[in-house]
Amino acid sequence: MKVSLFITCISDALFPPIGEAMTRLLARYGVKLHFPEVQTCCGQPAFNSGYWDEARASAKTILEAFEDSDFVIAPSGSCTGMIHHYYPKLFENDPILLEKSLQLQEKIFEFSQFLVQVLGVTDVGAVFPHKVTYHPSCHGTRLLGIKEEPMLLMSHVKGMELVPLPYAEDCCGFGGTFAIKMSNISGAMVEEKSQHVLETEAEVLVGLDMGCLLNIGGNLKFQGKPVRVMHLAELLYEGVKLK
Amino acid sequence: MSKPQGSSVKQRSETALKDEFLIDAVKFTTEKLKNGKLAATAEHGNWEEWRERGKLIRAHTIAHLDFYLNQFIENARAQGVHVHFAPEAKDAARIAVEIAKHHQAKSVVKSKSMVSEEVHINEAFEELGIESVESDLGEYIIQLANEPPSHIIIPAIHKNRYQIAELLSKEAGQTLPPETKVLAGFARQKLRDKFLEADIGLTGCNFGIAESGSVVIFENEGNARMVSTVPKTQITLMGMERLIPTWDDLEVMATLLPRSATGQKLTVYMSGITGPRRQSDGDGPEEMHIIIVDNGRSLQLGDPDFQELLNCIRCGACLNACPVYRHIGGHSYPGTYSGPIGAVLTPALNKNSGEWEDVANASSLCGACYEACPVKIPLHDMLVYLRNRKVEDGHTATGEKMAMKGFKVLMSSYKLYSKAVKMGQVGQKLLVRNGVIKSQLGPLKGWTAYRHIPALPTRSFREQWKALSTEVEASMPSMSSETKTRLEQMVLNRKKGGHE
Ligand code: SF4
Repeated sequence: MKVSLFITCISDALFPPIGEAMTRLLARYGVKLHFPEVQTCCGQPAFNSGYWDEARASAKTILEAFEDSDFVIAPSGSCTGMIHHYYPKLFENDPILLEKSLQLQEKIFEFSQFLVQVLGVTDVGAVFPHKVTYHPSCHGTRLLGIKEEPMLLMSHVKGMELVPLPYAEDCCGFGGTFAIKMSNISGAMVEEKSQHVLETEAEVLVGLDMGCLLNIGGNLKFQGKPVRVMHLAELLYEGVKLK
Repeated sequence: MSKPQGSSVKQRSETALKDEFLIDAVKFTTEKLKNGKLAATAEHGNWEEWRERGKLIRAHTIAHLDFYLNQFIENARAQGVHVHFAPEAKDAARIAVEIAKHHQAKSVVKSKSMVSEEVHINEAFEELGIESVESDLGEYIIQLANEPPSHIIIPAIHKNRYQIAELLSKEAGQTLPPETKVLAGFARQKLRDKFLEADIGLTGCNFGIAESGSVVIFENEGNARMVSTVPKTQITLMGMERLIPTWDDLEVMATLLPRSATGQKLTVYMSGITGPRRQSDGDGPEEMHIIIVDNGRSLQLGDPDFQELLNCIRCGACLNACPVYRHIGGHSYPGTYSGPIGAVLTPALNKNSGEWEDVANASSLCGACYEACPVKIPLHDMLVYLRNRKVEDGHTATGEKMAMKGFKVLMSSYKLYSKAVKMGQVGQKLLVRNGVIKSQLGPLKGWTAYRHIPALPTRSFREQWKALSTEVEASMPSMSSETKTRLEQMVLNRKKGGHE
């Protein structure tokens, strides 16, 4: 049984503790992660900007990396969604790579999906005595239908107070290159999102996508607000260590 | 026209983002409509199923549009309707003007029609000195303000009641209080006279029923019913995709449209018009014309990426759900249609991708539009397809092209990619203060104007992997047989079942 980690470029370069948390957390269930080093990026920045040739070059490294994996797990609903939803379109004119895309589509899971749907785990035995709010990222919820999984996992964390985020389903304004090309609109969106986060008075903002968390967290920091921003894998692993 | 100036969404939205009145008004109403819709669909109970039915009906009609158009035209003509076909906007305006000239019309009264906005019918009438009056309250308000609609179903969504009172007071020649009742009362009185004077009534069309050649209009104010019964001549403007095969199909549409648009179970009025007045009829026009408008719609027929766009029933739900629309309002968009549907439709109706401005970029691709759409149009996918077409046609900025070339080179090879990360770790030292990058770097300016960037850690995950995996493996338990079986079973099922 080969379970591989797709770390995603953003977590690889900017947030290595997430990969570590995933590796250590899954090891507790006897899941030994593999890390094929040929992986780079899912190609989303280029794909979403319309540069499909460039996106394909990047996506090919992913198809190659996970060709012989049984399961692939990624700490991002957005990158998983890209593979799941758009690889078949990206490679529609290449029968061989299309076939590989369809195979990968079946075996790739976002982190919380993998825990709940594949391992059947909803209680990792974590303790996290903090006030937390959760931002459900758009691609995870809308492209992959991830709604219950994180809620189930968080509902079992002892000592944690989960405060509902007002207007949680609203996009944070990240959208990859959108944040740069339409910086004024994206800026207004993230300011609104931060405002909602602050209204909850939570100490921790948790999510499943580092793109969105980089955006909201970056804005909170810009405003000088001391909200701690974490990926769910980090929160769960820290909670397990605390116990 | 007081639409904000600028040749891009980014420029025009600058004006909107600074206009607190506008943002508050738009947020207030979209929120109300969105919640109304959510409540109505929850109460319906079977929404997803009906959504699927709606999608199937629309997709079937569009797939056989030539057949249903012929059937519609034949049946309408059999009822005595004059049916015209307008390949382009200017043709539609010309046909309408000719009808008006033929009747020596002095005034036209209109009910709400986005197609009439699309083909600029008011301007065409005005050129001839024919008065053209909007009778829908929202349309009347923006006509007085000399502005185009900023929402598909709530044209004056960007105005608050104080601004509306000011506009109507000017028209009344006296100060009217900012009370909805008084304002609506004034408009109603004023418009009543216009109805009685008008030589021509001009309406839009929510659905054309192919099996009987009828036109169906949903509305709340009763003005469309007046427009289609009082004047002697009626002109209906209809987008060529507006058909459904049968009256039975209308049941599904009547379930989806009002709920999605305003959260109503049904609009106050739903009129079905089959031909001009017959001898036994109590009212109705003596002469009826239907102008079927193409104006770029046939470009989507047979295009696998965009054909579904023709399924749209113009309910406006995607606008109300859209966080971008909510922040910038409808006038930031380039064409007649705004919000997510406009961001796709405006470019799709125009073959030349060089003229699309940046409208397809005005989306974070969050998919809220798709989720809201009663006929499941994947607008978020189409936005990406549009961006792709622009790139393929070579209409992109040089800087971006270079950046993407760089992306391709780096991301094709993990070795180069790792090297680049390494260089970043070292190179950033000049920019990092207290763990974050604040400086206004060239291309990242837009980002750092609102956010800090965390510094790259000194070692990436992949650099840490070897040590980490060795350490973890040394002490990890083996997988329980239960989990093992579970995983193996999943892999097996996958191989048996093939792809989804
Ligand atoms: S795209 Fe869908 S949600 Fe938007 S106006 Fe058309 S039917 Fe309504």
